[in-house]
Amino acid sequence: MLPNVGIVIVSHSPKIAEGAADMVRQMVGDSVNLAYTGGDPGGGLGTGVASIREAIDRAWSEAGVAILVDLGGAETNSEMAVEMLDADRRGRVVVCNAPIVEGAVMAATEASGGSPLETVRRTAEELSPP
Amino acid sequence: MTDPAMKDDTATEQAADRAELVNAVGLHARPSVKLTQLAKTFDCSVEIALSADGPWVDAKSPVKVMRVKAPRGAVLHVRTSGNGARAAMEALMSLVRSGFGEATDHPADARHG
Repeated sequence: MLPNVGIVIVSHSPKIAEGAADMVRQMVGDSVNLAYTGGDPGGGLGTGVASIREAIDRAWSEAGVAILVDLGGAETNSEMAVEMLDADRRGRVVVCNAPIVEGAVMAATEASGGSPLETVRRTAEELSPP
Repeated sequence: MTDPAMKDDTATEQAADRAELVNAVGLHARPSVKLTQLAKTFDCSVEIALSADGPWVDAKSPVKVMRVKAPRGAVLHVRTSGNGARAAMEALMSLVRSGFGEATDHPADARHG
């Protein structure tokens, strides 16, 4: 397990989630745990609490996890997923108020340098407003 | 940023240098990330600017570096201060002069990034 903060990308669109994750991997590299989720089981747009929880597990790091979301349900479902985590993990997961693609790349860049979760979140959120 | 000279009352290790951006896209997204990642590996402060007069930007901040948006041909000024400042400068100059490991030609359809 990597010591750096992990990144989770949650979009209504599985293509956006996968594409944003591709950008993180290609630009930042492999030094942060990264997981993404998006879409509903029927192939449409959507997000789900269970799949977000699984993504948090895949990206888990003892340093915590920063979640990047797109709109509405992605944010509320992510918050619900965080609330359902075990108490010892709950405090180490944050949902960033940042644009999903740029925020994911910035957060991952910050995380790749070993920064703590609050710094990772602050860097992602520094993007908005421009 | 605070003035690096004010940080330490003992003799602080410092370095300053500059290099032209030779890669096709200049300091755009991927080079910005590489520069930030490298800067973060050093204890010393690392700042960059497009002029010796500044404004100086914290090179360890991914967002601030991304906003510099320097084109190919621009001269990137770098200054470091603190533990390992000279070694950091050597590594940073090497990264910039190598074109961040990217193509240094400039095709008409060069993709930014």
